[in-house]
Amino acid sequence: MNKIFEKGGKLYWLHSTVDAFETFLHVPGTVTLKGSHVRDAIDLKRLLILVVIAAAPAALFGMWNVGYQHGLAMGQTGVHILEYFWFGFLRVLPLYLVSYIVGLGIEFASSQIRGEEVSEGYLVSGFFIPLIVPVDIPLWMLALAVAFAVIFGKEVFGGTGMNIWNPALLTRAFLFFSYPNYMSGSECWIAFKKGETAVADAFTGATPLALDGATAQYGTGFWDLFIGTVPGSVGETSVIAILLGAILLLWTGIASWKIMCGSIAGALLVGWLGNLAGLTDIPFYMQLLYGGFAFGTVFMATDPVTSCQTECGKWIFGVLVGMLCITVRLVNPGYAEGMMLAILFCNTVAPLIDHCVVSVHINRRERKFKAA
Amino acid sequence: MSNNIVLKKGLDIPVSGCAELVVSKSMQPSVVAVQPDGIKGLLPRLLVKEGDRVLCGSPVIADKKNPEILLTAPASGTVKEIVRGEKRKLLAVLIEVDDCQEYVQFDTSDVKTALMQSGLWSLLVQRPYGVLADPALTPKGIFISAFSTAPLAADTEFTLGGEVQNIQKGIDALATLAPVHVSLDGSRKDSAFCRLTGCTLHTFKGKHPAGNVGVQISHISPIMKGETVWTVSLAGLAIIGRLFATGRLNMRRKVAVGGPAAICPSYVEALPGTPMKNFIAFWGNTEDELRIISGDVLSGIPVGKDGYLGRDTDQVTIIREGYDKELLGWIRPIRFRQFSTDHSYFSWLMPWRKYDMDTNLHGGPRPFLMNDGYYAKVLPMDIYPVYLTKACLAGEIDKMEKFGIYEVLPEDLATCEFVDPSKIYIQDIIAKGIDLMLKEMA
Repeated sequence: MNKIFEKGGKLYWLHSTVDAFETFLHVPGTVTLKGSHVRDAIDLKRLLILVVIAAAPAALFGMWNVGYQHGLAMGQTGVHILEYFWFGFLRVLPLYLVSYIVGLGIEFASSQIRGEEVSEGYLVSGFFIPLIVPVDIPLWMLALAVAFAVIFGKEVFGGTGMNIWNPALLTRAFLFFSYPNYMSGSECWIAFKKGETAVADAFTGATPLALDGATAQYGTGFWDLFIGTVPGSVGETSVIAILLGAILLLWTGIASWKIMCGSIAGALLVGWLGNLAGLTDIPFYMQLLYGGFAFGTVFMATDPVTSCQTECGKWIFGVLVGMLCITVRLVNPGYAEGMMLAILFCNTVAPLIDHCVVSVHINRRERKFKAA
Repeated sequence: MSNNIVLKKGLDIPVSGCAELVVSKSMQPSVVAVQPDGIKGLLPRLLVKEGDRVLCGSPVIADKKNPEILLTAPASGTVKEIVRGEKRKLLAVLIEVDDCQEYVQFDTSDVKTALMQSGLWSLLVQRPYGVLADPALTPKGIFISAFSTAPLAADTEFTLGGEVQNIQKGIDALATLAPVHVSLDGSRKDSAFCRLTGCTLHTFKGKHPAGNVGVQISHISPIMKGETVWTVSLAGLAIIGRLFATGRLNMRRKVAVGGPAAICPSYVEALPGTPMKNFIAFWGNTEDELRIISGDVLSGIPVGKDGYLGRDTDQVTIIREGYDKELLGWIRPIRFRQFSTDHSYFSWLMPWRKYDMDTNLHGGPRPFLMNDGYYAKVLPMDIYPVYLTKACLAGEIDKMEKFGIYEVLPEDLATCEFVDPSKIYIQDIIAKGIDLMLKEMA
């Protein structure tokens, strides 16, 4: 690093920023100072970029789907796949710009204040945020929500690795409670150009979950939901694209298979009970395809910082997420989606779950010692 | 409890430069160093001054708390220099070695006295905390690991397989102090140490740190609050055996010299405190910046080219300093030269491969981000490594106790430090935690 950026130099106040760009360009030549003299080649940058790569199929599909849903609403037919994608890309790009500019700006500033290196955590959060909001959300709202989530969800706790709640979901929660009109209903999920309205006959842009199986212009069968050709938040609709990401995350071990399996098991259980009790007509296995369940299970619940630390805790955490999500869907008539609140609630109780697991472990150790 | 224990967790770090099983040189250094530094709990009091003559086994340094515990000269000669550091801290006593060696003859009728007078008491390490053993205590056992799983570790079958008789003598002597437990390598059926008697034999099979005595104790008889155990290295045990066989101090041992930057890695015979200058043939006149480690790459002490061989180590590792920057290294799909346990690299495809590792940190320090399981998979102990480390960081004695600080020394968590993507100095944090415990519990 240039001397003026070092301590005592004129531009020392910029050193975190310079350092961030420098370490982005190359692995720094720093050597181990104490302890283990050699280190594994893995670092957080690589781990987190993998999460972004894992979410890329969902993002790309989401962009195409934004165009496709617009075409559907406008009654267009015979449009080229790339045209749909380009339309969606242009609509999603501003969301990304706002997410990264606002979020990274705050991240750089607070790293500078703390005098630390800029952490890569926001690389992932910033990529997720546009995927879990409606495409039509006004940009200033998104900026406000991102600022809230990064400052009050993360930086006040000490930055990446210290946060209690998943910052991306916190952004969504902020929007949901502050501007509910823009976050639900049948308008927000379809991108319209200025002055446009749906021309297709009696078109409704409500999500399949909100319609609860009622007829819509798009199909709500298994394959439609599995492939994701339905309205919804940008990245959440395509289960198959999300599954591709899940395979990468599980293979590299970044996301916990225990949380994913637990969540699916919990959802199936409550969905099945709901069927038995006659609360819903939706077959229990279809619950996995609706709404944000798949995206939340794969990308949000498995966040290593805000989920449980202990192996046993991960099972409990996962099952709880799945059960809560479907419970909200089944018994809350006002709001159809439960994944966001289920995960945020479980984030809140994760330290408690860990505390219980660790207490059991300590007691078991003590008993073992006494027996030895 | 079963005596044959298989450990599934752990990690063998594939560093290149394993020493060939030949003794390439028998070192006859002109100077040896007696170093009190590194013995936790020893407050050194100097017993000699420059110009004094010492025999092999003459006392050089005594402990202020227990004046009977001595450090002795490993060779006869003249005290050449007393090396002191900051605040006049005693670093080393340099002894110019005579051509013809003279020995102190010890009376070995009483084991404790013989060990303390000969200076070999300092080879006994007391757990918890890894301090110098307190002769006033009776430990619940003395534990010895007869093999090492550390990267490039000396093969004890080669270095000490011929000294089974001396080791047996050592066990017989130590067995008068406390029950002795010896852990053998479970993957070697033909071990020379199977024949040892007068002790409880255990076998351990698994990846590093299965050969660490701390890991073995936690599976044989975990250390509870208020209990103490002693440990001694196998080479140390052989030296103790030699004392009881001949009444003389003979600290020579075979040392494995290896590492990616070592030329013709092989074994040498050396005394503890041999200057690293005597090892120069192993790095030659290279222009690379090297790190010379007395010990292994995970927990050894970097002594530099002007340093001395450690007091109780049978390994020297030579690696390059990793000052090179790597353009966009972190994002490249394939980094053929780097080793990683993570599946985002492709080291898992080539489990046989050895890597020319250097000292590069491969990233910047960050807070803990991955959860406990990421670290626990390389630690074969009933411990939550991240919880223990965080308790040490917070300095919470109560939590440290509960999470198992009594059972570990920093070296036991070295594999966790190796795999850490947040690049946290876990061993250093544990060492500070142990220092805090020592201070608070004193």
